[in-house]
Amino acid sequence: MWIEWTIATRFLREGKAQSTLILVGIATGVAVIVFLTALITGLQGNIIERTLGTQAHIRVQPTEETNRILAPADGAVQLVLENKRAQRLRSINNWQQVRDVLDTLPQVTAVSPVISGPAFARRGEALESVALIGIDAPRYQRIIPIQDDVIAGVFRIGAGDTVIGRQLAADLGIRVGDKLRLDGGQGRETVLNVAGIFELGVRELDSRYVYLDMKQAQSLLDLPGAATVIDVTVADIFAAREVSARIARLTGLKSESWMETNAQLMNALRSQSLSTQMISLFVALSVALGIASVLSVSVVQRTREIGILRAMGTTRPQMLRVFLMQGAIFGLAGSLVGGLAGYGLVGAFNTFGPKLFYIPVSPWLLVAAAMVATVTGIVSAAIPARRASGLDPVEAIRHV
Amino acid sequence: MSETHDAAQEVLRLEGLRKSYNIGKPTEVEVLHGLDLRLQRRDFAALVGASGSGKSTLLNVIGLLDRPTAGELYLLGKPTRGMDDAGRTALRGGSIGFVFQFHHLIQAFTALENVLMPLMVATGKPTREQVDRGRALLSEVGLSGLEHRKPDQLSGGQQQRVAVARALVTRPALLLADEPTGNLDSHSAAEVFELFRRFNREFGCGVLLVTHDPRLSAQCDRTISLVDGRIARDEGGVRFGT
Repeated sequence: MWIEWTIATRFLREGKAQSTLILVGIATGVAVIVFLTALITGLQGNIIERTLGTQAHIRVQPTEETNRILAPADGAVQLVLENKRAQRLRSINNWQQVRDVLDTLPQVTAVSPVISGPAFARRGEALESVALIGIDAPRYQRIIPIQDDVIAGVFRIGAGDTVIGRQLAADLGIRVGDKLRLDGGQGRETVLNVAGIFELGVRELDSRYVYLDMKQAQSLLDLPGAATVIDVTVADIFAAREVSARIARLTGLKSESWMETNAQLMNALRSQSLSTQMISLFVALSVALGIASVLSVSVVQRTREIGILRAMGTTRPQMLRVFLMQGAIFGLAGSLVGGLAGYGLVGAFNTFGPKLFYIPVSPWLLVAAAMVATVTGIVSAAIPARRASGLDPVEAIRHV
Repeated sequence: MSETHDAAQEVLRLEGLRKSYNIGKPTEVEVLHGLDLRLQRRDFAALVGASGSGKSTLLNVIGLLDRPTAGELYLLGKPTRGMDDAGRTALRGGSIGFVFQFHHLIQAFTALENVLMPLMVATGKPTREQVDRGRALLSEVGLSGLEHRKPDQLSGGQQQRVAVARALVTRPALLLADEPTGNLDSHSAAEVFELFRRFNREFGCGVLLVTHDPRLSAQCDRTISLVDGRIARDEGGVRFGT
């Protein structure tokens, strides 16, 4: 292998202009692929994080109530016009046990029982409709780190304390330490002290969410000891669908993953990935053709030298390897230069770009790019290398 | 390996050697019409003939660069017609040295590396001993001190002398030279010719030299004349048993 390597690198160094040009070409292609991949991965990660930052990966709820229809008598045909039943707020049966079961599932990272339902928030003459979110604070915070979004006061619930959204606070003219009267209907009322104000950045949530202790929510909603939803997060967010299906089978409850509730988002992400892959594929293809054509020209230019080397005892396989190595060197060197350039572009984007989101940089992307480019280089070199090794030494030496 | 052979040993034998081009086509033409020839290690032979007589074809076939159409070619006693490309390449690399009309050095390598090339393609990175042999050969051809020059930094005569050193670095049993001095001035030509003479004498390496130049062939021990693909005359060389 030593002599093949030596001949390959000497040939490349001798044709400096040619080698440099094709290297710049490969590097440009790899830089585009690396930058594009990092950009799209970063963008998607950002979108997913924003979407999932305020919601659980999987929501487990009670099954919907359905009408029970009387079976028709034998031999009779029954036509039924069925109205769907109104879904009253119900608790998950045995939610404590369900919670404990979900805790043991391997992919599950956090489980949080929640009781949520409608209520009115009142202060003086002002009345706002709100969503009561009764939580087990330590568990809930592992799913949505709401304490990070508190802009005033502290995140503290229970013992007469509540935390409300910024928009609701503004609408009712509430500041930290003020009182908030909550009305659950049918005379169930309570007055709570606003301990903190949060801002999630989603207007709907900021104007409606009222966090309070589970027990208070249960009494306001007249569902003692109940939990209406169990929120779950999983380690691999793209495995949410499978984990969700498993939970449904395991518990008999209705389980929905974020992939189902955000089907359009998933679709958009998929299309984006697909178009990125297409662009990468075509860039890689043109890089490969570039390598192949440069090496083909090189074989023609070096025909006589190939003939001399053959006369000196160089075997056909050796000749083949010389040119395959050149392809590999082009791929590897080009991808290293291009990969670094791509990282530079990502860095520039993070520093000087619109700063809408941050693109994380994975060193594995560089390793993967280098490996793919090296293999591409070898494959591209196959045809010229075969030509070189197949040359008839007599013809080759006569070549001028 | 060549040292193990007896100096009087036969290096090359051709039996009924034929070579045709464009076989099976209307333009099929036979260039060599059944040649019989023997060459000894001590032979210092000139192969002469008009252009088109088949000299270069014969040289390529003898050098295992080309295959005969019929007949057999024994190199160091081994029949070669049935050999595959790998076997022919190995035999060629180990026992034949080439000197072409144009020096045919590899531009990307220095003079010393060019000399070592036949060893490097056979066994990889040259050993200390091989490098020393290369240097010694370069100084034998009068190029000590120029080992690390690239071919384009050497004169035509110097390049051809590097090519001679390269042809001899494997201690070949047979040296084939195609118009080795055709491209040189008379002074350099005489020097190169003198080198062949010396290596023939000192290493016992058979020399077959293709030339147009009657002055050059006159200095050889043996002259083989090729006319229209047949050996017309073979003078002065038969020294069997000496």
